[in-house]
Amino acid sequence: MCGKILSELGADVIKVESPGGDPARNIGPFYHNIPDPEKSLYWFAYNTNKRGITLNIESSRGREIFKQLVSRADFVIESFPPGYLSDLGLGYRQLSEINPKIILTSITPFGQTGPYKDYKGCDLVAMAMGGFMYVCGDADRPPVRISAEQAYPIAGAEAAAGSLIANHYRMLIGEGQWVDVSIQECIARWMFMELCFWDASGEIPVRAGPYRRRMGTYQRDIWPCKDGHLGFRILGGRLGAETLHALTEWMDSENMAESLKGMDFESLDMSKITPPELKELENALGQFFLRHTKEEIYRKAVEKNLLIGPGYTPEELVEYEQLKERNFWTELKYPELDTTIKQPEGFLRSSEIHCSIRRRAPLFGEHNDEIYGQELGVTKQELASLKTEGII
Amino acid sequence: MNREVENKSDIFPLEGVKVLDLSTQYMGPNVTRVLAAFGAEVIRVESIHQHELTRVSAPYKDNLVGINRSFVFAASNTSKYGITLNLKHPSSAEVVKRLISWADIIVENFVPGSAKKYGLDYEQLRELKPGIIVLSLSAQGPTGPYSMHRGYGFNLLALCGFSHFTGWPDREAVAPIGAYTDFLCPSFSVGSILAAMDHRLRTGKGQHIDVSQLEISPQFLIPSILDYTANGRIQTRCGNRSEYAAPHGAFRCQGDDRWCVIAVYSDKEWQAFCRVVGSPEWTKDPKFNTLRGRKGNEDELDKLVEAWTVLLTPEQVMTRMQASEVASGVVQTIKDLVNDPQLKHRERFQILEHPELGTHICENLAFRLSECKVEWKRPAPCLGEHNELVYTKFLGMSEEEFIELLNDGVFE
Repeated sequence: MCGKILSELGADVIKVESPGGDPARNIGPFYHNIPDPEKSLYWFAYNTNKRGITLNIESSRGREIFKQLVSRADFVIESFPPGYLSDLGLGYRQLSEINPKIILTSITPFGQTGPYKDYKGCDLVAMAMGGFMYVCGDADRPPVRISAEQAYPIAGAEAAAGSLIANHYRMLIGEGQWVDVSIQECIARWMFMELCFWDASGEIPVRAGPYRRRMGTYQRDIWPCKDGHLGFRILGGRLGAETLHALTEWMDSENMAESLKGMDFESLDMSKITPPELKELENALGQFFLRHTKEEIYRKAVEKNLLIGPGYTPEELVEYEQLKERNFWTELKYPELDTTIKQPEGFLRSSEIHCSIRRRAPLFGEHNDEIYGQELGVTKQELASLKTEGII
Repeated sequence: MNREVENKSDIFPLEGVKVLDLSTQYMGPNVTRVLAAFGAEVIRVESIHQHELTRVSAPYKDNLVGINRSFVFAASNTSKYGITLNLKHPSSAEVVKRLISWADIIVENFVPGSAKKYGLDYEQLRELKPGIIVLSLSAQGPTGPYSMHRGYGFNLLALCGFSHFTGWPDREAVAPIGAYTDFLCPSFSVGSILAAMDHRLRTGKGQHIDVSQLEISPQFLIPSILDYTANGRIQTRCGNRSEYAAPHGAFRCQGDDRWCVIAVYSDKEWQAFCRVVGSPEWTKDPKFNTLRGRKGNEDELDKLVEAWTVLLTPEQVMTRMQASEVASGVVQTIKDLVNDPQLKHRERFQILEHPELGTHICENLAFRLSECKVEWKRPAPCLGEHNELVYTKFLGMSEEEFIELLNDGVFE
């Protein structure tokens, strides 16, 4: 994700794989469900725009070539266990001797220092150790993560931010540096509501299914409707009164607004609401939502500017009119598969930068000849012997 | 622009960068918070007529409601200067122009279209300050049929597909953390601003950047989206299961609501796992030998794993598993996080002294730069705390002018 972001901002990003292939190539889902390192949709997802080469940095010739690449690079992004690169003679100090301007960005489960630095991580461990899981899930079952893995892309985006701050420093001072990203800390940052409750009174928020700890009490964020669910909060005052009035009017047209009619939503204070009052409101709204589909409710929400969101699936997101109108999807060409795949476009719009997806993820060693041969000046003969020796 | 470096670790990379923060709530303020941490001068603009929502959000100090007493506002606004300005006051336009001339970067999240009303859309801004970088944050982008629909994290997290992916397959979706989509945008936005600064240093040109929650969110779901666009498969929530690992889940441990996680991907990790649990008879059952077998018998496997974890604390499980290189962790509560030895080592939680909150916890960033200092110089500002400083010192107003505008109600 970090390299993907830099590439969308215009950087020429080279993905370096070991001659055995990047482990991400073995992660599914796979194109047409065929497990094949050239068909991993996970690989396709996060390696767009990049050129790809293979290199065995554990061999001495491989290390020499790596150093050559570093001497021409602005950033090195890596996620090896702490100490792995320095043991190979490729740590930050050694790389900065070759290229004092180099920025080394290291993304690891717990960071480069500390008692857990050598611990193994994965999405599940990051979501648990970062505090996310304890407050997520039904109370009568184990805590859960988000099923679509989040921790690594979140850390990749943080790493891009850190790398670009280091880049700014380099533009001012002329020197590179080492950016140390802890995936655990990337998740922990977003537990700040929980931290606020802890800091204020020593309270430990817990998981409560569709409810979240908020002002005063636990309140419902996720509501079942006829064909799925909605994202909605009961709120009074400036933020929520308009929504509640409009819902009341709609409910009244179906004779379901008894308990809501005449309520003063402007002065409804969710931090002071009593549990029976809250329950009555929740029941009335909950019953009403069950009678309507998420599209019916969302259409009304857009028409009346109500704070309600439909619980979309990936399919509904892809078909969502707003994203289509904004030209958010690009049909990326995969000539080898004789197809195109619809993928998200670049992450921002700018009056100056064309932030975009320009090419599909690289095939295995696709740019070896281009980068080693044309750009580093390795002769054809040498290239052949590097291949035979398993260095590239 | 090079300067002599005496003690590099004393350098703030964004020192001298001036940021006008017109944004509200979580997304924008968490962009400028990072810039402030690296030395940028950030002025957060508010009004006493329409209170920033995070100022009127619980929890409050000692449970007493007060405009400077919310922990939520404090969490997103450390190290900034705070001023109040009534944009609806006719005399505010002149003050706004001076703030813009002062600024290098502006961050805003106005409802699409309303910036123009206040003379704050990009065309007007860059006329006043050539080279300005403007970051506009929105729910669904400034154009398109749904651009005017109000969006907050709690309704956008559903629209963007995150609640669909949270919970158990046999039950209704549950809520991931609060305003989830708000939290995904700051890192992308900080990167965008720094890239724009790079562009400006090279070309002298500023730019207008448009970041929306609707378009950042899918960046975190691409494999699932491609499974639909390439294969027509609609993935859904599956608790903690993974196609590539088993066991892979949260398991009950000794104590009240205590849990650990364990993730076993490879056969090598499975063998290590079996040794850690003491190689009881069931671990020798050939049906568990391969990932395929473990996935096929996962409900049974999970029960056997839990019969072992329930006798131990989650810390014991983590320590033993990790000693054998099996990925494992404690399902940490917020109390666990604050006391986590790793986070302590990383100096994650700092203490700040705030005039009304007293000492409170300020979180560090998720990355460390070897050569650049992060400093939480000040707690979040009280409402209008830096009016006099900003208007007279930063903008150079005379005492007389400041007092006149103050009496006129411009600084409300």
